[in-house]
Parts: sequence; C-alpha cells; structure tokens
Amino acid sequence: MAIIDEGSPKVGRNYKKAWFERIPAAYWIIGVLLLIMPLLVNEFALYQIFGWTFILAIIALGMMLLAGYGGMVSLAQMTIAGVAGYMLAIFGDSAIETISQGWPWFVAIPIAIIIAMIFGTAIGWLAVRTEGIYTIMITLAIAAAFFYFVRQNYTIFNGFSGFNGILPPNLFGVDWRGANAFYYLTLFWAVLSYLVILYISRSPFGLALQGVRDNPRRMAALGFNVTAHRVAAYTVAAFFSAIGGILLTWQSAQISPGTIGIGPAIDILVVTIIGGMAHPIGPFIGAFIYVILKTFSVDILTSIGLSGERFQLIIGISFLLIVFFSPDGVLGLWKRWRDSLGKDPLTGDREDNS
Amino acid sequence: MNAPIAINDRSNGTSREGALELRGVGKMFGALSALADVTFTVEPGERRAVLGSNGAGKTTLFNCITGDFQPTYGSIRFFGEDITNFPAHERIRRGLRRTYQISLLFAGMNVLDNVYVACCGVSRNRFSFLRARKDDAVLARARELVELVHLQDAADTLVSELSYGQQRQLEIAMALSGAPRFILFDEPAAGLSPTERAELINILTSLPEHVGFVIIEHDMDVALRVSEYVTMMHNGRVFKEGKPAEIEEDPEVQALYLGGEDGLGHG
Repeated sequence: MAIIDEGSPKVGRNYKKAWFERIPAAYWIIGVLLLIMPLLVNEFALYQIFGWTFILAIIALGMMLLAGYGGMVSLAQMTIAGVAGYMLAIFGDSAIETISQGWPWFVAIPIAIIIAMIFGTAIGWLAVRTEGIYTIMITLAIAAAFFYFVRQNYTIFNGFSGFNGILPPNLFGVDWRGANAFYYLTLFWAVLSYLVILYISRSPFGLALQGVRDNPRRMAALGFNVTAHRVAAYTVAAFFSAIGGILLTWQSAQISPGTIGIGPAIDILVVTIIGGMAHPIGPFIGAFIYVILKTFSVDILTSIGLSGERFQLIIGISFLLIVFFSPDGVLGLWKRWRDSLGKDPLTGDREDNS
Repeated sequence: MNAPIAINDRSNGTSREGALELRGVGKMFGALSALADVTFTVEPGERRAVLGSNGAGKTTLFNCITGDFQPTYGSIRFFGEDITNFPAHERIRRGLRRTYQISLLFAGMNVLDNVYVACCGVSRNRFSFLRARKDDAVLARARELVELVHLQDAADTLVSELSYGQQRQLEIAMALSGAPRFILFDEPAAGLSPTERAELINILTSLPEHVGFVIIEHDMDVALRVSEYVTMMHNGRVFKEGKPAEIEEDPEVQALYLGGEDGLGHG
C-alpha cells in the first residue's frame, strides 16, 4: 500500500518505462475488448447484459465503498439510486406530465444527484450510530419504508405505477438509448466511477476510512472525527449509487416501486458479496455473474423441464456456493489462486510482497 | 501542517496554567471504582512518570485524559481549557497525544501510511479526496517522523511484518504527528530488548523541551531516567508524589513494590 504513485525501490525497474508500458498487458486486452465490444456481440448483449452489469456495478460500488473500506454494510444503496431516479422523473420529463416538472436535463440531473446525496447522508447519519448487523437492519428498514411510501404516495411519486417515458437527453444528436450509445454511456460512467473509487482509496479520506473500519478508537486518538468520517462515506457512496440510479432509470425508461423494493436492495448486496468487497473491481465481477445468471437461468431451467419462474433458485444456489467456498467473493478466490501460484498471472512476476 | 524539521511550538510559553490539570477525577465501572479522586497538575514541558502495580488505574487514567472514555466525576483541564466533556478527537487536535500499551496500529498498511494517516488526523486535509503528491507537506512530515524513530529502512514494510520493538517505535512516531504539546506514553518500553530500551530513552530524552509527557512504565530504570517527577498510584488513587530519588527511598513504596500484602495482583 503506497500512498502515492511513486516508484519504490521494489518497482525501481519500472522507473524508465513510459506510463503505458507499466500497465500489464491483460489490462490493455480487457480495455480494448470493452471498447470494441459492439463489434463482437449483439445489441441484446450490449444493452441488457453489459449495460445492466455496469449499472448494477456502479450502484454496488457505493456499497463496496461503505462495506469494503468503511466496514458498514448499507442495504439502502438501491434506495438511494431509486431516489435519484424518482427525482429525475419528477424534475425532468416523463410521460406523467401532471407531476413531472419538465426542467432541462442539466438542471434535473444535478438536482436528482444532490437530493440523493442528501438522502444518503441522512441515512448515514442515522446508521452510523449502529454497528454490524444493526446497520444492516436499520438500512433495510429505511429501504422497506421508502418502498412502501412511494407505492402509496400518488401526489409526488405516482404510487404503484411510478413514472414511465423517462428518456435521456438527445445530447450531440445521439439517441442514448440505442444499444451502442447506451453501452458506451454506461461503460464511460462505470470506468470513471471505478477509477475515482480506486483513486480515493489512497487519498487521506480513503486511508482514514479504512483506518476507521479497522480501529475507530485509534482513529479518534489520532484526531479524526470518526462519526463525521463515517457519515461522509455515506455521502460519497450515495453519489455513485445516484449515478447508477439515473442510468438504471434511463435503461428501462421508467421507475416504479418495484425497482427499489426489498428484492432489488438485496440484489445489490448479492452483487457486492459475489464479487468481493476488497477492491472496486469486485462489484463489476459480481454484477456480471448476477446478470448472466438472471438472464439465462430461465433458459437453463426450462431446458431441464422446470418452471422458468424459479430463476431465483439458480441465483440463490450460486450465491450459496460462492459464499461457501469463498466468503470474500470471487476476488477472494482469485487472490487465493494467485497466492497458490506464487506469482502474478497478469505480469508473470513473482510476488515478492503482498 | 507545514511543520518543518522541528515540532511546532504553539504554546509560546505564555500560558500560566498547567499543561494538564486533573481535579478529583474518578471512573466507575459499575460498582468498581477503577480511578478515585485523582488530582494533580503537570506543568508545560514537565516529564512525569506514573508508577503503580497492575490494576492501579494508570491506563484508566490515560483513557480518561484522552477521552477514550469519560470520567465518572471530576474535571480535566488542558492548557487552561476544560476538556472534560470533549470527544477524543477534539483533545488530540488541541495537542494532546498518546501511545497505547498494546500497539493499536493499522496492520494492513505500511509504516509510512500509518504515520501519514496520523499526520492527516491533525491536519486540515483529513477529508481530502486528493492523493498526496511527492511534494506534499504532510507526507514530508510523515517521512521525517519515520526517520526520527529510525524506521526509514522499514517505511514500505507492512505493520504486520514488523518486529515488536519496531511496532513500539511506530507508535511513538504516530504520537509525534502534528504539533504535540503533551504526550501520554503507556508502557512504551514493555517487551523491548535492552538495546531497544536504550534507543527509546534516547528518543524520549531528545523530544523538544516544550513537549511535556506522562509516562507509565514498569521498568524503573526507564521511568526514572526520563522523568523529573513521579506519581505513584495504588488502587485507583494517587499514593505518593515526589522526585524520583524520594520515591525510590520511600519505605511504603518499597513495601508495595517488594510485594506487600496488597501490592500486586489487582489485575
């Protein structure tokens, strides 16, 4: 763990290399693959598989930040995404013209994100008074309460049916709900969110958050306001989940109570745990596995003569298997496999430090 | 903090109050009185040892002073300011520092990161989302402190891979972050080898003169060499106070330390 990106003696051999030479080949391959993906797969895969994977991962990045770096498992990240989606529908355009204000996107989107962040901060302010299982319970309670509230409130949230016809702006003359455009839109925000979280993890804020997770008493004895730091983490996490929420709303062009129910709230937890919380790549792995399972389990089930409605069974069993064999998700499996090889499969270097 | 090489002096020598004043401080754990009616004043720049057997209330005293927990009664003043009800981080930001008896370090981080986090805690950029650049003042300060405790060769080593003695040294580096005015050392020499002890005495005696400290130490040799005044505690109370020589000569203290009837074993 180095705080700054300078070469320590151990990586001294990289000193003279240009920045692009320092990035392992596997990362280049993944990067190029992601960029040329529209040439490789069909529109369904672009929009439903990759688009949805990136959106779920961005929402789950909020949870990864809180749980992985902060040690606080919040089940309210989907709710925060939902708040952003609802605010976008209410302040921007939707088919429900009696409620939607029709403000331009460059006003509606920032307002939606800011309100979602305020909402996230309020949740954090309540939740940081608790620890462990109680944090999970209080955030789950908030998620459930918000779900029932929007389902019953017709004046602002349009009750059971919610909002439809929420479309992304036709910026640069592009239809952003086209498969290619939407793929690149979600890819852009996914990569940006990933890099920002990776960067923050080594900033004073991020290091201190990890310190608060490991030893809150010590952090207070170093001059950190532990409570304020935890609440701030909720605010930051809400920012990412809000971005995911806006993209999610555009993907289906609608938002309704069903989007933010208890099920979806727990799905975000499943995504985060399947992938692993130790690194921001975890939610992406988890989201990809989740989306693949959810998309194809119906076909698998019907092919073996079972009802397609049982797709949750496949997801549940996969979740159990992954958690059973690796409590720290696929990232944990990967790490153990790498350690057993004793070298970094991405660079071929022997691992001489951890 | 743009602290240059030396540790900042914020006190300016003008304050007339004691650095640390305790007035009738007590701490109850249920019916158990861990600390009872402790009153003493430590002058700025004074170095004092707190001695006493296990269970005498020494660490409880430290925890009350730093705010790890609130005293049940009594008041604590720090450079004239009543800090009795301040949360721990507010006390630290006013220049109070401490080390822990059992090292409380961040095992997953390397040495420099640990000290860097400590330096961030008392600087304005503790909420910064920007990584430290090479010329970052806080990071430079962290490097100085790592060198001050002679850990520069281990700066990139994970704390979990450090020797016990190195961990103790790291504790001290973290207590020197920012502009300390007063430091509480909780058994810094425990578990150290004789060479490491000599090193520790060296570090403690070379602290800037205006930085006072209270040291809990079982090793009389260390305690009496670094302190000018001794407070002897027993069963949560101040038992004797005096110069190191007076305390050593005191028959009651000797009885206690040589295993008098209710000396040791109050763990």
